[in-house]
Amino acid sequence: MSGYRFRLFCLAGLLSVMLGAALAPAAAADANDTWPGLVQDIFNNREMNDGADVIAIEMPYRAEDAAVVPVTLRTKLPAGDSRRVLRITLVIDQNPAPMAAKFELGPDANVSEISTRVRVNNYTDVHAVAELSDGKLYMAKTYVKASGGCSAPAAKNADEARSRLGQMRYRQFARPGQGPASGAREAQIMIGHPSNSGLQMNQVTQLYVPAFFVEQLRLWQDDSLVLAMEGGISISEDPNVRFTYVSNGAKRFRAEARDTGGNTFRNEWKIDDSSM
Amino acid sequence: MARRVCILIALALLVAPTFAQAQQQPLPVDEIAPGVFAHIGKTSLMTRENDGAIANIGFIIGESAVAIIDTGGSVREGRQLLAAVRARTDRPIRYVINTHGHPDHVFGNAAFVQDGTSFVGHRNLPSALVTRGSFYIDAFRRIMGGPLIDEVRMVPPTILVDGTTTLDLGKRNLTLRAWPVAHTDSDLTVLDEQTRTLFAGDLVFLSHTPVLDGSLRGWLRVIGELAALPAQRVVPGHGPVSEWPVALADQRRYLQTLATDVRALVTSGKSITAAPETAAGAERSRWQLFDDFNARNATAAFSEIEWE
Repeated sequence: MSGYRFRLFCLAGLLSVMLGAALAPAAAADANDTWPGLVQDIFNNREMNDGADVIAIEMPYRAEDAAVVPVTLRTKLPAGDSRRVLRITLVIDQNPAPMAAKFELGPDANVSEISTRVRVNNYTDVHAVAELSDGKLYMAKTYVKASGGCSAPAAKNADEARSRLGQMRYRQFARPGQGPASGAREAQIMIGHPSNSGLQMNQVTQLYVPAFFVEQLRLWQDDSLVLAMEGGISISEDPNVRFTYVSNGAKRFRAEARDTGGNTFRNEWKIDDSSM
Repeated sequence: MARRVCILIALALLVAPTFAQAQQQPLPVDEIAPGVFAHIGKTSLMTRENDGAIANIGFIIGESAVAIIDTGGSVREGRQLLAAVRARTDRPIRYVINTHGHPDHVFGNAAFVQDGTSFVGHRNLPSALVTRGSFYIDAFRRIMGGPLIDEVRMVPPTILVDGTTTLDLGKRNLTLRAWPVAHTDSDLTVLDEQTRTLFAGDLVFLSHTPVLDGSLRGWLRVIGELAALPAQRVVPGHGPVSEWPVALADQRRYLQTLATDVRALVTSGKSITAAPETAAGAERSRWQLFDDFNARNATAAFSEIEWE
């Protein structure tokens, strides 16, 4: 390579680095600004009100395991507020399927806290949008850094996930400082189920791995709805929901889950007040 | 002018990799036993600066052929490994063995694609590469940049191991064994029968905090069986070449501590968010990169153990 051409290449290389540096932040800002489009797609462009006094969302600062990132939603309406939280939508802006879950809160169950686990693919804002009985939407958000290393939002043990398909576990927890008389309860439901997105193509066969996940979960005390969840592929494998509610005196807790394969899984448990 | 700049940039991009290839230095490797070569990766996360060269990788030379064991965290590292082989032998590379599907072990595969070379892996490795490959490439493009990552290809194995398989390199047999879910769901070990050298992949960590991406209980079971392998020394996935089987002791203690601590949290009704802060805390001073991996291990372990 002649000296002149070499200098030309060096100059071109330098230019490309400078251009890249100049363009990168702008591109990143655009890519991250997906929320307005999501408000349009998911909420039909309805007005978003400040949710600071209505709803809180808690997630770790970094997604340690991309496949299992805990998220807690907490309602903050003060006692005596005449409004009620009807539903809460969880949106992970930068995931392939941003609408992670929609929770419907039972009219008489007074659910005030919901914890579940989600997949996080990227550095992302995560929004919680509460719809109140006043007909308005209230939004809170947090930010999560992507996981590092070899962590991936995918199954760790696909054989086991298949083998416990449809298994359900129910567990009650003692609430410190709240005796059984208060009626306050905390419980958890777990469902064994894979969560295949349908977005992954086998490079050899050029076929997509079929989607297979739990799309709806409904929980009742006797015949009164406590909580329902519409889920998608952003919910972690083996869906797991822990929540608080107020007992209506029911002796039975029931769960029904429906998946994208047309399966329905049902189970019920006796509510054990002795451990409260 | 704009068009001329574009052309120049395009030319610069075309020329850059050629430059890199021309200057390819052989990867530093040690002959840890006759005909058995290992590169000891830097105990670090994969970065732009280290070319992703953080895992232990190596090769074994038989009388008629060579086997590569893992290819590194970038095609650049893979090419350097290839240069290290070619500095020592002209025999053909008949096998490229991947010990599992993590990026620091398979991102160099593309450097070895040619006629006569077969890729070898656990029967679950193809599906691991399908479900994770494009995610890994996107994630590491953000961390390491396009020049290192754009040339990475997921090269699936064509020889699948279920149970055990023997590969013949010419008067030199390698015994490959596919394990039940442990570090990942596609862990494979390679034992060179002649020198009793075990390439354990990430079934064995030393110094570097073990990384759980499969099953904690499964890994503890597999450690029990691994210990019975007739090896004299091990090349772990990360950390120094060590005597066998004492090399398993630190990792076994870490994983048992993690399991015990997480089980106590689950039993007492704690939330999964309590696990990263407390589980295996007693192990912190004994490992490198503890804060990069322990919280993640604890989270994964919790979601496994609560199904007990």
